[in-house]
Parts: sequence; structure tokens; C-alpha cells
Amino acid sequence: MQTSYEPVILGFLCNWCAYAGGDLAGVSRLQYPPNMRAVRVMCSGMVHPDLVIEAFQRGADGVIVMG
Amino acid sequence: MNITLHTLSEVVGFDGEAGNFTVTIKKHPRYIQMDKCIACGLCAEKCPKKVPNEFNMGLDKRKAAFIPYGQAVPLKYAIDAEACIYLTRGKCRACEKFCPTGAINFDDKEELVELQVGSVILAPGFKPFDPTGWDFYGYGRIADVVTSIEYERLLSAGGPCMGHVVRPSDETPPKKVAWIQCVGSRNTNRCDNGYCSSVCCMYAIKQMLITAEHAHDEPVEQAVFFMDMRSPGKEFERYYENAKASGIRFIRSRPHTIDPGPSGSGVRLRYVTENGDTLDEDFDLCVLSVGLEPAKGSRELAATMGIDLDPFGFALSSNLAPVQSSRSGVFVTGAFQAPKAIPRSVTQASAAAAAAAESLHDARGSLTRQKTYPPEIDIHDQAPRIGVFVCSCGINIAGVVDVKAVAEYAKGLPHVALVENNLFTCSADTQDIIAARIREHRLNRIVVAACTPRTHEALFQDTLKEAGLNGYLVEMANIRNQNSWVHQREPERATAKAKDQVRMAVAKAGLIDPLKNLSIQVVQKALVIGGGVAGMTAALGLAEQGYPTVLLERGDRLGGNAWHVASTAKDEPVGPWLEGLIQQVQRHERIKVLTHARLKTAVGSVGSFVSEIEVHGETRAVTYGAAVLATGASESRTDEYLYGQDPRVLTHLELDDRLIEDPDHFKGIHSMAFIQCVGSRDSRRPYCSRICCTHTMRSAIRLKTLNPDMNIYVLYRDIRTYGKRETLYQKARELGVLFIRYSLDAKPRVSADPQGLSVACSDPILQMPLNLQVEHLVLATAIEANPTQELTALYKCGVNADGFLNEAHPKLRPVDMAVDGLFVCGMANYPQPIEESLAQAQAAVSRACVILAQREMKLDAIKSAVTDKCDGCALCVDVCPYRAIRLVETEDGDGRKTRRIVTDPALCKGCGLCAATCPKGGVEVNGFTLDQLRAQVAAALAA
Repeated sequence: MQTSYEPVILGFLCNWCAYAGGDLAGVSRLQYPPNMRAVRVMCSGMVHPDLVIEAFQRGADGVIVMG
Repeated sequence: MNITLHTLSEVVGFDGEAGNFTVTIKKHPRYIQMDKCIACGLCAEKCPKKVPNEFNMGLDKRKAAFIPYGQAVPLKYAIDAEACIYLTRGKCRACEKFCPTGAINFDDKEELVELQVGSVILAPGFKPFDPTGWDFYGYGRIADVVTSIEYERLLSAGGPCMGHVVRPSDETPPKKVAWIQCVGSRNTNRCDNGYCSSVCCMYAIKQMLITAEHAHDEPVEQAVFFMDMRSPGKEFERYYENAKASGIRFIRSRPHTIDPGPSGSGVRLRYVTENGDTLDEDFDLCVLSVGLEPAKGSRELAATMGIDLDPFGFALSSNLAPVQSSRSGVFVTGAFQAPKAIPRSVTQASAAAAAAAESLHDARGSLTRQKTYPPEIDIHDQAPRIGVFVCSCGINIAGVVDVKAVAEYAKGLPHVALVENNLFTCSADTQDIIAARIREHRLNRIVVAACTPRTHEALFQDTLKEAGLNGYLVEMANIRNQNSWVHQREPERATAKAKDQVRMAVAKAGLIDPLKNLSIQVVQKALVIGGGVAGMTAALGLAEQGYPTVLLERGDRLGGNAWHVASTAKDEPVGPWLEGLIQQVQRHERIKVLTHARLKTAVGSVGSFVSEIEVHGETRAVTYGAAVLATGASESRTDEYLYGQDPRVLTHLELDDRLIEDPDHFKGIHSMAFIQCVGSRDSRRPYCSRICCTHTMRSAIRLKTLNPDMNIYVLYRDIRTYGKRETLYQKARELGVLFIRYSLDAKPRVSADPQGLSVACSDPILQMPLNLQVEHLVLATAIEANPTQELTALYKCGVNADGFLNEAHPKLRPVDMAVDGLFVCGMANYPQPIEESLAQAQAAVSRACVILAQREMKLDAIKSAVTDKCDGCALCVDVCPYRAIRLVETEDGDGRKTRRIVTDPALCKGCGLCAATCPKGGVEVNGFTLDQLRAQVAAALAA
């Protein structure tokens, strides 16, 4: 049995809040696992549903839209 | 570019007069060169000296080489000379050894700088009250008594326990927490802070609600001990009601004894309830809601600047010129002027900026700097040639991520023509290198793998522009803030992630196009709607700054409510000042006053609006670049308490009218009562009208002055004389005014007979029914927003649930409206006293001038754009929150009609809701098109 499962997560991060929060996490040296890939967007509202579907089709285990 | 920051500096000399001051500044040495520091933090990491971290209230440690907090501006480290081992004992210099850019300079010396300025704004802020030494609070003696500022840091995700609150005594999470209000405020017995600090009620409620949020698994029991809950700001009352509904106990009492808890941890509070019971209650943690005091050094600053302070040490200013200090050309703002919360501080800051700029408007632009660039290279027929610059950031990135491997990997990516690794990609010499490489290798897209675009994109855009490329042809991969700094213990996976990030950036870079910054011609004129004191002040400010202004008033005269107000809270008569203001407005060469006027239409957007105005039945057109909405509010009428049925029952403004016209009438009156919150803070109007408590105090004091023997009763729910207004409450009590509290479920009952009025109520302290015989009853009726439906429909702007015009953001943009180019001030925004209306009006002037001062306004290029796939289905029209999309129908030569959307770039904010809604790619956001985002998704998952 597999003991550790490392999902591949695609994140859409709003430039003004979530992306800024990601930057601040860096300045604060808060450590977190490196399995999310971030796409910067100008508002979480611009994430088209097709992009979410596309991410899953291409093998993402999870999609997080942060805004 | 047009702001110079002098940090670690103090004013030591001040001379001259308004318009021509000389300021002498002493700059203390930073020991770190600002132009070389890249804020990597190595100096702090290697510094062996630990000192208490003042930002976290000493709850943890920082180093002698430090930044005060992560968001510090400028983000540059400094060396604390009092703590540094080398500077105090002559040995160490560890920071110097490790600093990757050679920024440490122990030879840095104190210097004196002289500045020539026309106006000065003072904003030294406040310091929290220190309860150390006041034995009855137990602070410093009992470990689990903390100040609210310490608690704020404990609650903060960036604080010493990362937001998971633990109490100091045993570092366990507290399960039961008490807040004690008014510590160091509203107290003349022991600490001489006779004012209300204005902010503590709201921050305590906020802390309680956040505590509850953090502890959702195991609820924390919370109680607050208070005298009056003061939530008189916009949306504050709802916040308070929500807190009550969430189960927080609000106890109207002041604990008189704080002892250590029974097991040596926590506290035992002893308090007396309103009905006289003495209770002991144990809490795990006790938070003292400490008040605001004038900042350290503000007395010395005032002496240097030659301005007067009030007895508390705050800056003295008139309520009729709220940001003007006692010295011409010197302006005061923020908590230095009076204790206040963020929204009013930000508003006042803009007001001070307007006041400071007014006298200098002739010199506007004479010292501003602007940059010029070479003509842009046309790249539209070129295939992408991408240059990738991978930054080591000293060891910030390279210490975790294998940057050489990342650079090597980037060479194999599509369209990549050149890859370089730099020690610091952001340094000035690297900018020259990048520009040279662009020319040598004919690069037409650039990827920078470094830190965050939020801080550095503008720098690289500038480098591209200097090399003749469009600034939007750069894409960043954030391999520092969102990689090496957060994956410090996993270098291999961090390197793999960095490769992915670079691949994603390259994939997008291959698809990016040059973007054009649109610009609009600004109509350098203003429209002000509403001729009350706020509107007049705004119009006068705009005109004094040089902009022709139309002032529109629906009634027949200027002045609004102020005609009925006898005096300000500082007892300054309003009438003569008002007449002077009206004259100034009417005589001003740049102001056109239109009375009996109504706005009929409004088209256009920021910088260029056109409206039709109906004046006396005639229509005229006006053009303007910005508008200020100051439509005001009114005292409401009520059918409670015999109002309208008995002439002895008056509203506040009716009382003021009588006091202005016939003050002697009251010399013969023996008793009067005031009832507060008539129609405010109830289910119909769940907000506090903010001004009535102060108005009642001022009226009661005036009446007591006219007839010291008069019996005056004030029936209230909470007395909300916030800030320095508290002194009026104190004075009223000293003069013998009696205060009797009532609650919503036991309101006073009023009856009349020819001899007088009877007010029946119950005294909560005596626990006895009372029947007051009075000759006059004065009702503090609610303040209601004037109707704005017509305006909000024309401008597509919004009001809150109570009908007050909404600001774009209560703290960050308190006088801007959500529609660009529109500003709000005065009671249209929320009930407020004259001094706050005036500050808001001046703030609106300042904000409007940001637009009006430009002939041509540049807009960001990240905007929605219609593609040829749009078929006019109009799904996007309704979702656009900025109403930037319209549907237009066109007819071709054969009479066939086609419908398509048109976007207005001046209204568009680039949020892309339209693009996410469109099922066929008919509208997209420049710089973030579906294809570009899709390419990033594909690249992210391609490994």
C-alpha cells in the first residue's frame, strides 16, 4: 500500500489577495509542501470553468481557486 | 518617483512661513545602504544579537539587524545601533561578512538635511496606553493579563504564535477570555486620559469574533466588561449586534479587582452588576482594551514646529478647519489630531493633502519627475525569441533551488533564445545587461525567474521599455517568495517546482503581445452635487486648486442642515462661519452655483463625463472629469413620544433653532428631558446616528449655562461621545445633568397634560420606576440619508442597506466611490458632525485632484477586449460589476442587424468576469487571455 500520496494541485491565485498572501508567506518563511503550481490571475472571477476542466483532463488531482 | 522617504529621521529645526519653510532633519545612520540592500534577510539570520521584538510587543525576539515587519516600507534592513554588538562593543561584523551585496556600512554617520517646503503635514500617530504599574489591572503582576495590542499580535498569523492563541502562563489555548474596556481611557482619576479612545469597542469586538473564528472546533467562551458600547461608525452597529447574536456576553460593569486565578494561571475578576450583585468569575485570560495616547515625542515635535496642543497632548484644531494646526501652513492628521480609527485617519490624511496642496497649486508639477523612453520596436511579425534570466538572489534562491540546473533546463524550452543566471537580476547593472542582451540577441519576450511580480514587475517592464520593447512583454516566474523561501528544507522538489514555474512562464511568454496603455483626455473641471457644508467645502477646495466647478443644489439656498446647527462640539458658533463660507462660494470666479437644479443625465466615465442639468425648468449641459456627491442627510420625523401632537416635544434641530432665535425662552424653563436613539439602533434603522449623543451634551450644557437650576434628564441606551467629545459628557455630569439608561424593550412612555409632560421610565441602578415632569422633551431622532435613487441610477453607483452612499473601501478608499471619478463626502456617506464632514469634503477634493491634475490620464492595459467570436449573447453584460460592457446593434448595407458588445476601458478593471462567463471566447482580458492561461495550465501539468 502506498504510504504517502502527493497530489498535484493547480492553483489559480488572485493577484490582489491570494497571490499577495503567497508572497507574504514567503517573506514570513512559512513552510508548506511544494506540490501546488500557481497561475496568477487578476481576479479569481476570471477563471473560466474550461480551465478547471482542462486542468483535471491533464492530470491535476486538485484545483484550487483562491480569491 | 515623486516621494522621497527620510527614514530614521526626526525634525530638529523649523523656520519660515506658509509657502516657504525650512525644515532641518536629523537622519540617524541605518548602517545598511538602501540602494544595495535587497532585503534577503541574511544579515538578520546571521546576526547573533537578539532583542525584544517591539512589533510583537516584546512577545518574541528580533535581531539587531532587522526589519520591523514583513510589509515594511521601504523594505530595507537596518541595524539597531543600541543593540548591535559591533557598535556597542567593537566586535562581530557578522552581517558584513555574509551580506551578499556589500550593503553593510558601519561608517554610516548621522547627517543633517535641510529641506525647502511650502506646507507641512504632521502625522506622528499614537502610542498605546501602558497599564504597567496600575495595580488594579494586575498587568505585569499576573501573567495572564495582556494588553489588547499584545493580544492582537497573539491573534495574528504573523505573530509570535502564528495565530494559535496561547496564554502566557502555561502556553495552553485559553477556553474562556475576558475583555476589559476603557483601560487608560475615560478615566480622570488615575491616568488623566479624560477622552474616549474611539477605537477600543470595535477592536475588542473584532478580536472576539476572530478568536471565535480561530477556535471553531472548541468554542471559546468570551465576555466583555464595558461602560458604554460605542459603535457609531458605518456598519459598526450591525457588527456589534452580530457579536451579541454569536453568544459573546456583554456585561455592563467594570471589574474592580483582578486577582490571579485559583490554580496560579488565569485571573479571577470581581465585579458588581448594575443591580448591585457582586460576582466572582474566573477566566483563563484577561485582555485589557488599552486606549490611545499621543505618540512619544509628539510634545517635542509640536514645540519644534511651533504648534499648540490640547490639554491631552493632541494637536489643537478648530472643528471648522479640522486639519489646520494653530500655525499657518502646518497641517495635522490622524490620531495626532484626535484618537480615531483607520477610515477617519485615511480620510483626514487626504484632507491634509488637499489643504497642503491648496496654497501650493501655482507650483503644481514644477518639481515632479517623469521618465521618457525610446520609440517602441514593432515586433508583430517576429516569431518569439525569449530571453530567460534566472536570479540567484544571492543565496536566497540559489541556497535552496539549483539555479544552474533551472537555467540549463530553460535552454531546452520552446522559443528560448538565451538563458542567463544572475546573482541579482534586479540590480542596476543587471538591468544594463538585460537591455544589452535584448539588443544583441534580438530578444522580443523576456522571462525573469526571480521574486514576485507584485514588487518587481514594474522594474523589469521599465528595463524593457528602456531597451525599446513594449513593457508588457515580460513574464515573471516567482521562484523566491513562492518557492525557495517556503520550501527551504526540500531543495530537490523546490528545484523541480522552479523548472515547472519557468516552463509555465515561458509557455505564457510565447503567447504574449505588446499592449497599449490607453489614455483619455481629462476634462479638468468638476461637478459637486449638494450645497450643504460638505458640498460647498468640496466646491471651494476644487476651485481653489484651480478647477472650474459647478455646484448643484436642489433647494433654493446653500447651507443645508448647518443653518439649524447652533454650534460645533467645541462651542464654535456655526452661523457666522456658514455665512462666510456661502459668500466665498458664491463670489468665487471658478464656481458656478446652480440652485433649484437637478441632474437629469450622466454619461461617460472617469476623466470625461457629460451631464444635463435642469435649472428652473431649463436644461443645460456640463462636462466634467470628476464629481463629488454630497447629497446629505436629514433629521427624521417620528410619531413616537407625542412628537407632532404636542408643541413642547422638539427634535434636536428644532431645539437649536429655538436656541438661536430665542435663547431667553429657556431661562424660565425648570425641567427638560432628552430621549436618545429615537428611531436609531432599532430594527427599522439598525445603525447609530453618530452625532446625537454629542449634540445632546452640547445642548444640555448650553441649557445649564442659560439656567443652572434647570433639571435636565437624558434617557439613553449607550452614551457615544467618542474621542475628545467625552469631555462634554463629563462636563454635563458635573453640571448636574442626570443620565438614565433605558433599553429597547422598556422604552420611556410620554404623556401630556396642560401643566407639562410626563416621562415614565425605569432607573436600572435604583431599580425603581421614575416619573419625570418636564416642560420640554427633546428627541434625538435618527439621521436619514436624503433620497439618491435618481443619482445612483444615473451613475450606477451604490448605497448600503440604510441608504447611505457607499465608498469603494471603508479603510483603503474611504471617499472614492466604486465608480471611478466619483467621490462622496458628508452625511450622504454616513451621519457625522461638521468637522468630519469637512474633512471628508477636503479628502474628496484631494482625491478628485488626482484625476483633474492630469491633462491626459493613462489607463492600465490589463483590460477586457472583444474578439471576433462575440455573437452578442450579452451574458457578460449582467455579470460585469463595473458596468463597463454595453450591447450595440449595427446594421450592414443589406439591412442585416448584428449585435455585439462594446467595452469601456475607462470603466473596466480587468477582473475578467466577462471572460469567464463567455461560452465562446468572445471577450478576454489583455495579458490574461484564455489561450495564455490555458498554456500555463498545460505547462504546469506537462512534467
